[in-house]
Amino acid sequence: MYKPRIIARLDIKGPNVVKGIRYDGLRIMGKPQDLAARYYRQGADELLYIDTVASLYGRDNLTEIVQQAASEIFIPMTVGGGIRRVEDAVALLRSGADRVTVNTAAVKHPPLIKDIVSVLGSQGVVASLQVKSRPGNRWEIFVDNGREKTGMDALDWIKQVEQLGAGEALVTSVDRDGTGNGFQIDFILQALQAVTIPVIAAGGAKMPTDVVDLADRTRCDAVAVASMLHYNRATIPDIKEALVQNGIGVSCH
Amino acid sequence: MPLNRHVQIIDYFAGNTYSVSKAFEWFGCRVDLVSQPGSLARADYLVLPGVGAFGDGMETLKLRRFIEPILTHVDRDRPLLGICLGMQLLLGGSEELGMHRGLGIIPGNVKRLSDEPGVKVPHVGWAGLCIPERQDGTYWKDTILRDVPPDRDMYFVHSFAAVPDHPEHILSRTCFGAHRFCSSVHNGNVFGCQFHPEKSGPAGLKIIENFLRL
Repeated sequence: MYKPRIIARLDIKGPNVVKGIRYDGLRIMGKPQDLAARYYRQGADELLYIDTVASLYGRDNLTEIVQQAASEIFIPMTVGGGIRRVEDAVALLRSGADRVTVNTAAVKHPPLIKDIVSVLGSQGVVASLQVKSRPGNRWEIFVDNGREKTGMDALDWIKQVEQLGAGEALVTSVDRDGTGNGFQIDFILQALQAVTIPVIAAGGAKMPTDVVDLADRTRCDAVAVASMLHYNRATIPDIKEALVQNGIGVSCH
Repeated sequence: MPLNRHVQIIDYFAGNTYSVSKAFEWFGCRVDLVSQPGSLARADYLVLPGVGAFGDGMETLKLRRFIEPILTHVDRDRPLLGICLGMQLLLGGSEELGMHRGLGIIPGNVKRLSDEPGVKVPHVGWAGLCIPERQDGTYWKDTILRDVPPDRDMYFVHSFAAVPDHPEHILSRTCFGAHRFCSSVHNGNVFGCQFHPEKSGPAGLKIIENFLRL
């Protein structure tokens, strides 16, 4: 049965969870531990932590946040932001993370994915893609939280990360992130056609109906939501109930 | 109510031992991560976690001389819980990357999940447990799955699954595509979960609690 995973996404800046619009104008949403505990209690299938400034400043405060989470949150945690070396990935796993996600450093040095996979296995590595639409049904990869363009074609890159061994791809639409304009369904469909690894869709959900629409039209493997939860527009049970009412399976904890 | 148990977790290579230990500490247990086999003789509850390949896992257990103390623990009828790769190592052998011998506590082998339309290997995500064929609702009564509601999903990450020789060692099955793999095993006080109870929310914690009450 098709049963998309519902992932609560926590973008981290220093000691806070933040959220902006198109990765810009970040506002403080709360403390990571409080929000993580809330979404765990609500029945999230997974937590996704992304350090939004680590790749800019080379800071690494995620280890502590993840360690704290691991002592009271018992669902999978995917963690990334600022991972540059295999040792960074191993340190996060040793702190309670289940998977790591890499973006900027992998774009700059693709073999990093292969190197991390050789230690953690494919299922331990999620390649993060920040995607922006371009004229002519083209899609471009961005790095540093949507700040810097790369000129790379997103469909070429998603195929490459699969070949390098990444076990999953997290696709965030830079255009839709935080806007509430709905998911970038066109690209998710093309991404799912291009690779066989699971695809996590992120960016743009305003209400549970957006998640239903995405799941219905793309059958993507997972969906990551942030603003909807942070601003209390809906809860995880609201999302799951909407899916069930539309004949889509959800996991029950 | 805290369960004041002494739990030893075998720490034999990079894995998720941190998360596993936190789940046991949640119940108030005293938890030791054990990287030297000498300490295992005193273990009340033993946990064998593990991620990675079967051959590497067995090789490391062998090099660190863990195999004999694990088997002694089992011979004394003390509780042992294998998680994920740790469950697979309980079997007689595996076909992952060549043939490898396992601990042989549960006769049988570990085989790759079969690719089918509509499912992806590795199997990553949440899936439910069902009572094996020809068993009834009382089958889980004295096991780690006691009082686990049948509609609850558990968290899986794996490409291989156990195929026990004897049906009585199969504790649960889980649907994957058109067929069902063995998702947990038991033999006396030895239990194994292919899923991660430490990552399966409240229902997973219930399984850990049941193990601690054995």
